[in-house]
Amino acid sequence: MPMKIGDRSFDKRVEKGLSDTHMRETVRGAQGRLHTNKAKAEEELGNWEDWRTLSEEIRAHTLENLDYYLEQLSENVVKNGGHVYFAETPEEANAYVEEIAAKKEAKKIIKSKSMVTEEISMNEALEKQGCEVIESDLGEYILQIDDHDPPSHIVAPALHKNKEQIRETFERLKGYDKSADPSELTQFAREQLREEFLEADIGITGVNFAVAESGSISLVTNEGNARLATTIPKTQISVMGMERIVPTWEELDVMVNMLCRSAVGQKLTSYITGLTGPREEGDLDGPEEFHLVIVDNGRSNILGTAFQSALHCIRCAACINVCPVYRHVGGHSYGSIYPGPIGAVLSPLLEGYEDHKELPYASSLCAACTDACPVKIPLHEHLIEHRKIIAEEEKKTSLGETYAMKGFGIAASSPGLFNMATKTAPLMFSPFSKEGTINKGPGPLGGWTDVRSFPAPEKERFRDWFKNRKKEDS
Amino acid sequence: MKVSLFITCLGDVFYPDVGKDVVEILERYGCEIDFPEKQTCCGQPAYNSGYHTDTKKAAKHMIQTFDHAEYVVAPSGSCAAMLKEYPHLFKEEPEWKERAEALADKTYELTQFLYRVLGVKDTGAFLPKKATYHTSCHMTRLLGEKEAPYKLLENVEGLELKELPNKQDCCGFGGTFAVKMTPISEQMVDEKVEHVEETEAEVLIGADSGCLMNIGGRIDRKDRPVEVMHIAQVLNSKKT
Repeated sequence: MPMKIGDRSFDKRVEKGLSDTHMRETVRGAQGRLHTNKAKAEEELGNWEDWRTLSEEIRAHTLENLDYYLEQLSENVVKNGGHVYFAETPEEANAYVEEIAAKKEAKKIIKSKSMVTEEISMNEALEKQGCEVIESDLGEYILQIDDHDPPSHIVAPALHKNKEQIRETFERLKGYDKSADPSELTQFAREQLREEFLEADIGITGVNFAVAESGSISLVTNEGNARLATTIPKTQISVMGMERIVPTWEELDVMVNMLCRSAVGQKLTSYITGLTGPREEGDLDGPEEFHLVIVDNGRSNILGTAFQSALHCIRCAACINVCPVYRHVGGHSYGSIYPGPIGAVLSPLLEGYEDHKELPYASSLCAACTDACPVKIPLHEHLIEHRKIIAEEEKKTSLGETYAMKGFGIAASSPGLFNMATKTAPLMFSPFSKEGTINKGPGPLGGWTDVRSFPAPEKERFRDWFKNRKKEDS
Repeated sequence: MKVSLFITCLGDVFYPDVGKDVVEILERYGCEIDFPEKQTCCGQPAYNSGYHTDTKKAAKHMIQTFDHAEYVVAPSGSCAAMLKEYPHLFKEEPEWKERAEALADKTYELTQFLYRVLGVKDTGAFLPKKATYHTSCHMTRLLGEKEAPYKLLENVEGLELKELPNKQDCCGFGGTFAVKMTPISEQMVDEKVEHVEETEAEVLIGADSGCLMNIGGRIDRKDRPVEVMHIAQVLNSKKT
């Protein structure tokens, strides 16, 4: 189960997350900053809702015609002198990359950030083969040297660590002896990484968007590491989820704009890289060989279902950055490399309910995620759809809940029964009530009253008052 | 104008006084109040838990109950939004879908109805207190009503309204979420209470009894000196 992180139960993970005050403080601060920056970036662009609508249309059109655009992309990559490999499973994708590494007798591989390679555990596969794999994104680098701590956020993987914790990691594992000042920490990582770039045999990147019309890939970073990873090593392998594609550069313009603004509140990130094929004669740099690995891993099963729009995701993390549940529990509590609202939607789709069955319930359905999404994925509706499948198709909810909901359905459609239930409520609750308040409720109400008071039902319901009043009037 | 009142479960059983204020306000603007006695629940607890077959039973009953109505008004953004969800439930039952759409079109949350249909800006209320307003999620995001409560509160004489920091954040209610994910819900409501206290408000106002029951329940448990009022109670406050 490559996407799953750790073996703790959901409750234990949440308990650990809630008790991690450093992490919660860091995440809270980051969400606050990102919220302000995104709001500014939206305002500055103007007509944000229109841009969202356009972006949704672009993504919907692309996914509706995915087979066409994938074929076009593939043809153009080959035309440019590159190689394309369609991998249905993580095993196939990893085997292909391992084969290239073996052929090239690669000892060192430098990577720029890629969630899909996390999804399929590519690093582990290559390490098993004896390759040294180095992450060059600063956040990923920090996590990698810290005993492969898993990412807790899809854009800022080390979001759960504060600068003092990073300083301590560098000191403990890399002999760092300077302060926790972010520019000093970054300078140190740059120096460490520069050597690795120069020695790497292969560069592996993710893909933010592939452009079908020209067979190009685009990479969005703030650190420039993707540029080094795609110019120095002789072989470049880029790995993409099969849905990360745009028809032309015109759509790329829109999508990159939305990605940068939604992810970090920037007009554009420091580096937007467009790469078309391997080095041509006369080029000063670039790889001699270029491979594009297109990964399915369950995505084609989502096409044509009620969840298709989940594939519109451009991995900006805007939903994660506004989620109040994420803020309190942190990314690791989700137990998947895809956390937050999009993770709660995607993880069960890609890996099944078994390991991720609690995730659709880890939301108050406040819809802040849906509102924040630049491509208008109705995330909270997808969570409800998951709950529906779990309750009605998989039948994995408790028997008590199933009967309670059946009873609810019957009562809510039988006014006599409903009337009786609400009329007798004060009597039913009277053993638990004191001065109009219930402090220790029975059954599921116990969860409520553990932290909150619950009002006792009033003796005279609204409907009784209304009826009596009408009588008095006449 | 005839207005059919959907009082909601919480409004009927736990907060009947809110309903009385709703009736008084609407009557003041010449509305004739119709209260269909057969009304039950909007079905949201079952819907949000994924039991859509059971939800449909409630939805069909509510559609029939309010079939005759000219306008349906509810003192809750969340329950009003749920009535507007019904058409999604009946994608494969065109006849019911059509009836669900008709209900959705004539359904309003109270402040929305006052401000947008009746054109009310000032209800003539008087409440000389420092207060803050909780913008509930379903009201603002699902119903899309971000303006009406503020427009009406602005004109309450004596009311000093303080902006609630991080007002866009959920209070942690979420229906069954509050009892299924209690430890997370607790942190969310605590954060909300902290922000309410930062405003130094004496009164917390809201347009959804669910949120108010949650935040108010936590305020009560922590014994904090903040009074919780439904917006209908505020809009019907008078000089004594």
